[in-house]
Amino acid sequence: MQLLLRYLPLLLLAMFWEIAARLELVSALALPSLTAVAEAWIELVKDGDLITNGAASLYRAGMGLGLSIVIGAALGIFMAWWRPLNIVLSPLVEIFYPMPKSALIPVTVIWLGFGDGSKILLIFLGCMLPVTIGAFNGARGSDRALVWSARSMGAGRLRMLWDVVVPSAMPEMLNGIRTALALSFILLVSSELIVSQKGFGYLIGFLGASGAYEGMYAVVLTVAFLGFAADRVYQMLMNRVLAWRE
Amino acid sequence: MSSQPQIVIEGVSHVYRPTRGKEVTALENVSLQVGQREFLALLGPSGCGKSTLLYLLGGFLPIEKGSISVDGKPVAGPGPDRGIVFQHFALFPWKTVRANIAYGLERQGMAREQREARVQSLVDLVGLSGFEDSYPSQLSGGMKQRTALARTLAFEPAILLMDEPFGALDAQTRHLMQTELLSIWQRTPKTVIFVTHDVQEAVYLADRVAVMSARPGRIKTIVDTKFDKNSRDVFKAPHFVDKVDEIWNLVRDEAIKAQGGRGM
Repeated sequence: MQLLLRYLPLLLLAMFWEIAARLELVSALALPSLTAVAEAWIELVKDGDLITNGAASLYRAGMGLGLSIVIGAALGIFMAWWRPLNIVLSPLVEIFYPMPKSALIPVTVIWLGFGDGSKILLIFLGCMLPVTIGAFNGARGSDRALVWSARSMGAGRLRMLWDVVVPSAMPEMLNGIRTALALSFILLVSSELIVSQKGFGYLIGFLGASGAYEGMYAVVLTVAFLGFAADRVYQMLMNRVLAWRE
Repeated sequence: MSSQPQIVIEGVSHVYRPTRGKEVTALENVSLQVGQREFLALLGPSGCGKSTLLYLLGGFLPIEKGSISVDGKPVAGPGPDRGIVFQHFALFPWKTVRANIAYGLERQGMAREQREARVQSLVDLVGLSGFEDSYPSQLSGGMKQRTALARTLAFEPAILLMDEPFGALDAQTRHLMQTELLSIWQRTPKTVIFVTHDVQEAVYLADRVAVMSARPGRIKTIVDTKFDKNSRDVFKAPHFVDKVDEIWNLVRDEAIKAQGGRGM
């Protein structure tokens, strides 16, 4: 019931959409009715287009994001732990961070071609810095007394890094990963829209260009829903990992 | 006290050099000896370097001038022979009470079964039964400090370093914890270095009170405060009141200096 109430505005929007399309308040070309979109969605699932393209997209996003989390987190924590690394890398991070990573789409294509590699590289590059910065700030904020406590109880420097610095960095790092998760969807779809032969973005572009607007909307809504669902699931996981806070 | 002092501090000075701002001489030419199983309080106004001395002893800060040795060996870094308890508890917030207490034992390679039994006996010792699976954020200040004390006592350090351990607690809890610490110490004697700015606390707990001067920190005097602390009315006993008075007069001048020379 509460859930229903919470998403009531969404339901109202859907109803408004359907009515507006049915009454032809807007051109059916620009906005096909929601039911027509739903039919097209079922069609796309049946003939497998949505599944194969979706699988390709999720593979790219998963690989890119996974790499960015592992490498980004390690980089951030080691930057906080070892000053020389910080001195060398922090100017690079500062310059690279605000740059719109979509500008790298053609570059990654030149490097790695039209296939999965260029998408994975782009998502990796775009998602890594939020994770790195989160991990770095979190690790830097480690309480001196915790570090000393662990050391005095017999933890060596590396052990202390794992037992104290990594968990201290966790809250900020997990927030960085959440940002990265949203970015991965953005970069995925935009790169696939521009240069690709499969994926959600490719399918949206292809259907739109061939005038199958119901299908195009169906894919757009699918991506929107996946992005939303991924964020919700992630938040649930994050709250479980951070259950120790309050 | 055995014939050989356990801790020998000789001519130690320490200067803080912040990345911005002026250098601060926290300690100047401090020498001190502490016997085995002695309870020594380091007393002084805030900023007198008493915590710094404790951190040097713990091996957390580099010893730049002078020397500190424990059992005849110079201090070179932290080690489980010297356990520390901090004012703000320094518990691992992501670990439960049980896991916090077990941490030192784990690091020192105690077998699981033995470890669990040891943790349980410490939980009982500090009166935390029923809270083994709570996280620090779910505990009161007093319970947090009990956990921290249990965590340090668990691996049986020969020396206990305590950095204003009851300073963040309310007056009642503080008194309870003082009594408990004293009784634990009487049952399992260890060398304790106890940093505080509370004169009563120092006299009540310690065998000797080292009074420190305002910045730069030096040892001003050492006062013997060894007498029977177990009577209920110890706080009203004349010799207790006299000691507190004597030490308070010593500290007073330093506290005034630490306030920038203005009277109180």
